[in-house]
Amino acid sequence: MDNKLIVSSSPHISSPVKTKTLMIDVIIALMPAFIASIILFGVRSIIIVCATVAAAVVAEYICRKVMKRPNTITDFSAIVTGLLLAFNLPATVPIWMAVLGAVIAIVVVKQMFGGIGNNFVNPALAARIILMTSFPTAMTSWTAPFDGTATATPLAIAAGGNASELPSYLDMFLGKTGGCIGETCALALLIGGIYLVIRKVISPIIPLIYIAVVFVFSAALGQDPVMQILSGGLFIGAIFMATDYVTSPLTNKGKVIYAIGCGILTVLIRSFGSLPEGVSFSIIIMNILVPHIEKLTTPKPFGAQKEAAK
Amino acid sequence: MSSSSMGILGKLGFVKNPGAPVPHRKHTKDMETVEMPVPASVTILMSQHIGAPCTPTVKVGDQVYVGTVIGDSDKFVSAPIHSSVSGKVKKIDTVLTSNGANTQCVIIETDGEQTPDPSIQPPVVENDADLVKAIRASGLVGLGGAGFPAHVKLNPAPDVKANIDTLVINGAECEPYITADVREIIENSWDIMSGIYTVAELLQVKQAIIGIEDNKPEAIKIMQDIAAKDDEHGDIVKVKVLPSRYPQGAEKVLIDQCTGRQVPPGKLPSDVGVVVMNVASIAFLARYLKTGMPLTHKRITVDGSAVAEPKNIRVCIGTPIKDVIAFCGGYKEEPAKLLYGGPMMGTPIVSDELPILKNTNAILAFNRQDAQSMEATDCIRCGRCVNACPMNLMPTMLEQYTEIKNADGLKRLNVMACMECGCCSFVCPANRKLVQSIRVGKGIVRNSGK
Repeated sequence: MDNKLIVSSSPHISSPVKTKTLMIDVIIALMPAFIASIILFGVRSIIIVCATVAAAVVAEYICRKVMKRPNTITDFSAIVTGLLLAFNLPATVPIWMAVLGAVIAIVVVKQMFGGIGNNFVNPALAARIILMTSFPTAMTSWTAPFDGTATATPLAIAAGGNASELPSYLDMFLGKTGGCIGETCALALLIGGIYLVIRKVISPIIPLIYIAVVFVFSAALGQDPVMQILSGGLFIGAIFMATDYVTSPLTNKGKVIYAIGCGILTVLIRSFGSLPEGVSFSIIIMNILVPHIEKLTTPKPFGAQKEAAK
Repeated sequence: MSSSSMGILGKLGFVKNPGAPVPHRKHTKDMETVEMPVPASVTILMSQHIGAPCTPTVKVGDQVYVGTVIGDSDKFVSAPIHSSVSGKVKKIDTVLTSNGANTQCVIIETDGEQTPDPSIQPPVVENDADLVKAIRASGLVGLGGAGFPAHVKLNPAPDVKANIDTLVINGAECEPYITADVREIIENSWDIMSGIYTVAELLQVKQAIIGIEDNKPEAIKIMQDIAAKDDEHGDIVKVKVLPSRYPQGAEKVLIDQCTGRQVPPGKLPSDVGVVVMNVASIAFLARYLKTGMPLTHKRITVDGSAVAEPKNIRVCIGTPIKDVIAFCGGYKEEPAKLLYGGPMMGTPIVSDELPILKNTNAILAFNRQDAQSMEATDCIRCGRCVNACPMNLMPTMLEQYTEIKNADGLKRLNVMACMECGCCSFVCPANRKLVQSIRVGKGIVRNSGK
């Protein structure tokens, strides 16, 4: 034995689940929604997705180079950000705007705060909000699936008071309504969500409670709860955005509080705000509250719970 | 909520699911223990336990026999050390051990006769004090790995003793690779029973619970049969089948699983009326009371990707690791990492010249590929460490407080409650060395003087 032995702190084995494998699972889970968006909105979906993903990856690469930090494009998190941003854009969005959004998400929201794990709000959501406030017309011009004619989202129709013009529940579940390219098909998003739960990538706590709170609270306000949960960005928000590891609480109790907050804020914004949709803002606001939620829900160590109960 | 419904909710991610899905790798579970021949020389360390090290009681040139006392201490928390061979003391030396300390050792050249020490005879036990004295003389320390002197554990203060009503026997063996305890159960089940009755009587306990993980059906069956057969002691022995999820064998987790009692942070098992002993410790105790032969040999598992022929062996304490590996067919590949114990909590070994200790339960040798640890990337706050921590801590937060040397934050998050089981580091997708950071964090709290 001429070579020196490795001496390192225990444990000496580790799980095969790595950051990269988790990101690959999220990408796989987003594929049904991607396919649905192609069926619903055509080739335009592919162009938008390719543009945002490419822009996100290139922006991440250049950022890390400029900051003289180890490169992180191989963890695939930039691809996830690109996909999620694309899914939150209307089919008619100008490509330069989509690219700008991806660059904002990666450079401003993610890398300026230290890169993966250090951003305090979800990059794709923050970029979407910045685009929405900067280019309100382009970001809220909706087209109908299949034919591409101008239309309104179900939430906008409901806000306008023309309940009779609302699409059927089945059409909303399948995504045959106006909206962002990846958010309309609840079925595809649900398949992705179930995949993530089975693969133990996400806990079902946040999506279930978020959607349940929206259902119950909107029903309590006298709205149609089924329409409320199937419309807008609720499914993509609850399953893919609110569950973002970096910007959601570490503790299970914290996840419950966070999801309830997201649900209540969503209904409040939809019902009383000037915007028809509130998922993005709700999640961003709760993202910011995460450190406080975590502090409030710090678990008691093993053996201290029973003692405290005495 | 029943534990099975908790299990399903935990698996689906609705509630916390403590522990980690470590691979079992119990390749040697069906391999009967083989006696390793006496090596040419043994190196017996003077510190093989928690507590004061021993001072050699022999000089160079002395003739020693199997069971001769070669080291002892007048301190209470300590245990005498015996020769495992017959032969001549060749040298009294110091060696650098894995914890970075220089430790005194006695090197004995064996004569191959294995003559027992003439003074050895079964101890005469007429009362509890005799028994405790005999346990000290046996040199027994916690063989599960902790190495705490058994005579201290089994001689609690009267007020503590009055509170103790349960003996828990640790047969969980949750560490990957290791099968030494399951072989103890299969091969020496009657010794375990006999040891349980002795300790149960000494501590006046009402029940004794043997915890075994459900990936050891043969051992469970043997202990259940034997416990059912023997009712002359009032049917106090029960077998508790544990889920095969690491770390079932961790003392506090085991007590919770077997009795439903939770040992609060900073407290001892005796504070909730429990004494825990490992199966190998309790079986040794029974044999010692019968024969008077002190702790000189140890059953260990030898495995890992660099070992040619994994085995369970019974070996003289003090045998150099390189002799143990040679007996197991030698290295099949260049070893890059050697461990005392399992891959989750085991200690890396700096050289294969170092010997087998009393509390060694496995020697693992890994090739370069298995020994390499991947580079850490940034924490993605996935919460896996928080979910996995059996002590209900927040490992990633502890790591952050350690990095900024914040003793108050570390104390608020109960860093001292960490038992270093390794679940957090194992599950971390970013390969963060959480246990290592937490160890540093404990040092920060200790040195903060608060």
